[in-house]
Amino acid sequence: MTPVSAPAPSRPAAVALLGIAKKFGQFVALRDIDLTVAPGEFVCFLGPSGCGKTTLLRIIAGLERQNAGQVMMAGRDVSGLPPSLRNYGIVFQSYALFPNLTVARNVGYGLETRRRPRAEIDRRVDELLTLVGLSAHKAKYPAQLSGGEQQRIALARALAPSPALLLLDEPLSALDARVRQSLRHEIRALQRRLGVTTIMVTHDQEEALAMADRIVVMNHGVVEQVGTPMEVYTRPRSPFVARFVGQMNFLEATAGDRAGWARLGTVEMRHDATEALVAGTRLTLAIRPEEILVGPAAEGRENRLVTRIRAVQFLGPFTRLSLTLPDGAPALECDVAATAFAALGAAEGSELALALRADALRVFPLAG
Amino acid sequence: MASALPSLPAALPDRTVRHRLGAEDLVRWALVALLAAILYLFVLYPLLQVVWRSLLANDGTFVGAANYRRYFGTPAIAQSIGNSLFVSIVSMAITVTLAFVYAYGLTRTRMPGRGVFRLVAMLPLFAPSLVQALAFIYVFGNNGIVTRTTGWNIGIYGAKGIVMAEVFYCFPHALLILVAALSATDARLYDAARTLGASPLRTFLTVTLPGVKFGLVSACFVVFTLVITDFGAPKAIGGKFSVMATEIYNQVSGQQNFTMGATVSVVLLIPAVLAFLVDRVVQRRRYALVTASSRPLAPAPRPAADWGAFAYCALVAGAIAGMYLAIVVYSLVMRWPYNFTPTLRHYRFDTVGGYAPLLNSVYVAALTALVGTVLTFVGAYVIEKCRTAWSGPLYLLAVLPVSIPGMVLGLAYIFTFNVAGSTLNVLYGTLAILIVSNVIHYFTVGFLTATTALRQMDAEFENVSASLGVPFYRTFWRVTVPMALPSIVAISMYFFLNAMVTLSAVVFLVAPGTELAAVAVLLMDDAGDAAQAAAMSVCIVAIGLAVRLGYWALMRGVDRHTQAWREPREAATEAVPR
Repeated sequence: MTPVSAPAPSRPAAVALLGIAKKFGQFVALRDIDLTVAPGEFVCFLGPSGCGKTTLLRIIAGLERQNAGQVMMAGRDVSGLPPSLRNYGIVFQSYALFPNLTVARNVGYGLETRRRPRAEIDRRVDELLTLVGLSAHKAKYPAQLSGGEQQRIALARALAPSPALLLLDEPLSALDARVRQSLRHEIRALQRRLGVTTIMVTHDQEEALAMADRIVVMNHGVVEQVGTPMEVYTRPRSPFVARFVGQMNFLEATAGDRAGWARLGTVEMRHDATEALVAGTRLTLAIRPEEILVGPAAEGRENRLVTRIRAVQFLGPFTRLSLTLPDGAPALECDVAATAFAALGAAEGSELALALRADALRVFPLAG
Repeated sequence: MASALPSLPAALPDRTVRHRLGAEDLVRWALVALLAAILYLFVLYPLLQVVWRSLLANDGTFVGAANYRRYFGTPAIAQSIGNSLFVSIVSMAITVTLAFVYAYGLTRTRMPGRGVFRLVAMLPLFAPSLVQALAFIYVFGNNGIVTRTTGWNIGIYGAKGIVMAEVFYCFPHALLILVAALSATDARLYDAARTLGASPLRTFLTVTLPGVKFGLVSACFVVFTLVITDFGAPKAIGGKFSVMATEIYNQVSGQQNFTMGATVSVVLLIPAVLAFLVDRVVQRRRYALVTASSRPLAPAPRPAADWGAFAYCALVAGAIAGMYLAIVVYSLVMRWPYNFTPTLRHYRFDTVGGYAPLLNSVYVAALTALVGTVLTFVGAYVIEKCRTAWSGPLYLLAVLPVSIPGMVLGLAYIFTFNVAGSTLNVLYGTLAILIVSNVIHYFTVGFLTATTALRQMDAEFENVSASLGVPFYRTFWRVTVPMALPSIVAISMYFFLNAMVTLSAVVFLVAPGTELAAVAVLLMDDAGDAAQAAAMSVCIVAIGLAVRLGYWALMRGVDRHTQAWREPREAATEAVPR
């Protein structure tokens, strides 16, 4: 299992999962999940649908019961506690706002049973509505608000009782792209300000990269990688992570005679991977489209290839080139800034020289 | 990650980690246990009693299938099976055909008077099936007005009369289902058919019919079940033509032969249960025709079709209204059809002790509505939202009552609650047992309506409140109930109206002092007091209509005060009585 950055010994982890496993009938949804989340951290569970990320969140929430393993919160074993005794707030994809209660009543819902004086509840509700910038909508019903506003009300409701942990289950996926962008920043800023430990489930890698302190990439019920957005993006530990987070080119190659070298067709490629492989072992080289150097930038560099431009796709700030290797090997995709592409003076069908930077080349054992 | 894979699925325990039980779980389990106890005591146990008694002789010795051999071996009794199937299938075919054309006129044409036609067609819902039969007797019977004035006796007593009465009785039930089916359509399908050059006939066959096939199937099964389990109409107009429901009555009330009554009951259960099962299997394959992007169909004016539909609907509505008019007039004149001097003397009800049966009926219906609504809604909530291993079996028990014919339920309650020395005996002969039998008899529709309303709510409401530390029963009261209020009101109306008009489930259970209006109609008609029977029928219909009107006003109030949060286009859902 990936070693995770150890929490400071003085404070217990906000959430610690020890060997969590879950099956539905014969289908194993999660196997042997270990994870710690430090206090105040924003962690994203990222993965394709069916990877078990929502199940894992629901196990933490106590809404789903695991077949094995322990859930610890702030050093306390909560595995046997029902949801109501776990002290967290949750925002669902549907928001699940109570449609027959006003915005203020929704936000105050969790405070009213705690036998607090009315004035105190009202003050807390006002405070939270100000925090999410919706004080003006106090007396409205949820159906009268936009999707983004409803989302913020759900957030305020979850935060009202000051929970130790905030759980977000695909909170932005029901919104349109523009609202989603601005809410990302808003949720992140709010989380920083309150310092509340947060776990968010998402299938949107961009969202995870933009919001998380650490990303937990999941696939088929196991954790593929845990790391900061930068680590996950630049040093993916498996082809799955490489493919799921960002774009990635994969090239079939074989291990060279010397360590740090691989053979791609007839060309020797130097790479920075340290793992020693027996010469001739088949492997996969991977490089991101924007890391490929083209034209003048590629001149005089190692790992040079000459390719042909098969298709040009203008995507606004950059241009995506589909390239074929001279031997007709699988196409590479390469992103070039729009201005740089104009300077190249290249078009579909023309030849293009490029270089695959050794420090950008990842090496994976040949697998799916 | 290779290191994580070796933990084999088989090594995982099947059990999940247990959560500590809190006070909330106690409430939850208490509700589950209570519901299970109620459904067992009032549904499963009585039903098993019927089956058991059909295997005993009248003196209580076990005789195995001897009763069944005698049943099938006695042509006079066995005949009732064929008779029942015959009138049920014929009534079903006629009713569904008539109702389909009527529903088509209401939903797919621009004929004038659609609102009035819709209202008139609902009239039979407010009267016991017995009353439709009486109306036919008043018009076409030996002393009917048509027979007397034209000398033409169509021979109404027997299968012919039963079918005619049942068609009227079942017409609104089929109509409601078919109107719902024909309304749920997407105008874009018709646009597509037109742009592809399909003829009106082809459009009807390829778009309209497939769209309503599930509604048609449902209507067929509902009518079939209503007819085969009906007791009132065949009792009043069947004459010597014996059907299974009247056979049970004859065996039990006439000959005190309880075991033969039980035997016929078990046989009658079979087609009713089969119809229910087949309908459920068919409906499971149903798919949503109407999605968020659907456009409602606005029929274009087609003068020929519109006026054709108008003529047809006017004829049908006129017949229904005419029948009710006959009953009203019958009750208000000295001696139909000889002396039409107006009088109110038939409203004295001297043979059944005045207005007591009517008051009993209102009391029983009101309490049936109250108890039935609470029980079905809480029951549906417990089964839907407190998911336990018990949910599946309890759901089956909750939908079972719809396939128990009223006569069978009544007999089952005799076997269960009229046992010397049993503590269950306290219920027997009280109004309470009438309420219980009505609640159970009409349980399924109320339960399914509540279930539908609950399923439309966000499944995460309970999870959100748990995360906020709010107990589920508080959220039930503050969110679930207010949101479902239109459905709750519809369920209670359904219980009330049916409790007012039912005869079959209560005819065995009424006792001196607990007579009901519908039973009084039967008794007075039997005693030859047709005019008082008509007067009592008028009272039953009038109370039903008044309550329906009151509900309508209440619904508007409910909508205004508690449903303010709803988006305006969202209409309150209403239970489809079946």
